[in-house]
Amino acid sequence: MLKMTPLNQAHRDMNAKMVDFGGWDMPLHYGSQLDEHHKVRRDAGMFDVSHMLVVDIEGSDVRHFLKRLVANNVDKLTLPGKALYTCMLTPQGGIIDDLIIYFLTESWFRLVVNAGTSDKDIAWITQQRDNLAPQLQVKPRRDLAMIAVQGPNARAKVWQVIPGAQAVTENLKQFQSAIVENYFIARTGYTGEDGFEIILPAQDAVDFWKKLYAVGVAPAGLGARDTLRLEAGMNLYGQDMNETTHPLESGLTWTVDLKSERDFIGKQALLDAPNDRQLVGLLLLDKGVLRSHQPVITQHDIAGSAGGEITSGGFSPTLNQSIALARIPSQTAIGETVQVVVRDKQLAARVVKYPFVRNGQALV
Amino acid sequence: MSIPSQLKYTTSHEWVKAESDGTVTVGITQHAQELLGDMVFVELPKVGRKLNQKEECAVVESVKAAADVYSPLAGEVVAANSELESAPEKINQDPYTAWLFKLKLSNVADLDNLLDAKAYAQVLENEAH
Repeated sequence: MLKMTPLNQAHRDMNAKMVDFGGWDMPLHYGSQLDEHHKVRRDAGMFDVSHMLVVDIEGSDVRHFLKRLVANNVDKLTLPGKALYTCMLTPQGGIIDDLIIYFLTESWFRLVVNAGTSDKDIAWITQQRDNLAPQLQVKPRRDLAMIAVQGPNARAKVWQVIPGAQAVTENLKQFQSAIVENYFIARTGYTGEDGFEIILPAQDAVDFWKKLYAVGVAPAGLGARDTLRLEAGMNLYGQDMNETTHPLESGLTWTVDLKSERDFIGKQALLDAPNDRQLVGLLLLDKGVLRSHQPVITQHDIAGSAGGEITSGGFSPTLNQSIALARIPSQTAIGETVQVVVRDKQLAARVVKYPFVRNGQALV
Repeated sequence: MSIPSQLKYTTSHEWVKAESDGTVTVGITQHAQELLGDMVFVELPKVGRKLNQKEECAVVESVKAAADVYSPLAGEVVAANSELESAPEKINQDPYTAWLFKLKLSNVADLDNLLDAKAYAQVLENEAH
């Protein structure tokens, strides 16, 4: 039996094509994935992301616990409402999950974790809590729904729907959040566009979704979510990284704090890691479409080694050509041309810095 | 589901139209394009290529996935619809006018072995269960 979000019927009423996404019955698209993609880049779209799990950690000195639990440093969170993107690592440095942590008070931090990893995340966090901070409560919040409203006009549309929200949220910077009555509103997202991710009581989700639709926010499915995040150069857990890869070879060095004295789970493994691979962007020069798991041949490949591989690939609707994220040897420089094995051919691709697209603008 | 009655079909979701000059025109069905979603790339067989029945001869790629197209019958490619290379979305707009390639059949009688519209509808019915 597939799990369903509170918006399941609302998706079906909007003629969504539903798919099994890691055990969740989720909308892939509502007619055209390309139209939904462009709508988010040019106006405003909304995504049901209620399959992701909100986990509240409450009790005395949550901060101390999180400084040990995750690779980024929650001491960067000084202002209430501020958010931090981070990985949670195994002692071997493998990525258990990537998540966002919101600082609300010293006795209440809010985590948002991926759907497919939520069970193991809860098990891991609870186990660490038992060892390190038994006074804390770990609260999975399946009573909440989450809707991402994204695009250049997204914030204005949300303000039309939630009375009083504009005054409280218009001065929020990126990665800040505020609470407006039942709505937890964060200026975050997974598309490379401006917008909000909004956490609200599950029973209010359908009404809120319909009100957003009424002010012109287009429903967008997992298909558009994937092409938007790929253009934005944002990793997808399970595809661009997992427990066998570490953040330094996943384009996430910027999220890891190796400088401070603080010891976090996985730190020693990262200090010892060989760092012989890197995650880069690829722009396909030939015609075709790059897909995950296609082999990448570079001039730095060592005979007998695993070589490079595309971790996420697809067609970029904004650039009108194919792009990818690929894990390849560290010696490969930006601007080099590599070969991607696509079926019986080798196609040329250029190594580029990502993101490919931000705020509607092509960057490559 | 649109399944024009004058066409022939394969279980791998190609449609085949018999032309008066002994050639056939080949495309993918409405069901196939719906399943794949927005098309973004098409790779067509070269004119002059000789194909066996069920040989992989073209690729259609959507935002979602790549799918092989199989030659419905044995024959030689006499034309490819290169217009699709710059406008693959035409397959989504009308899969029955957005043809992929034309074949001169090795044996015209082979046409009788393909599915008619009713039999193809049954194939879709079975796949749905």
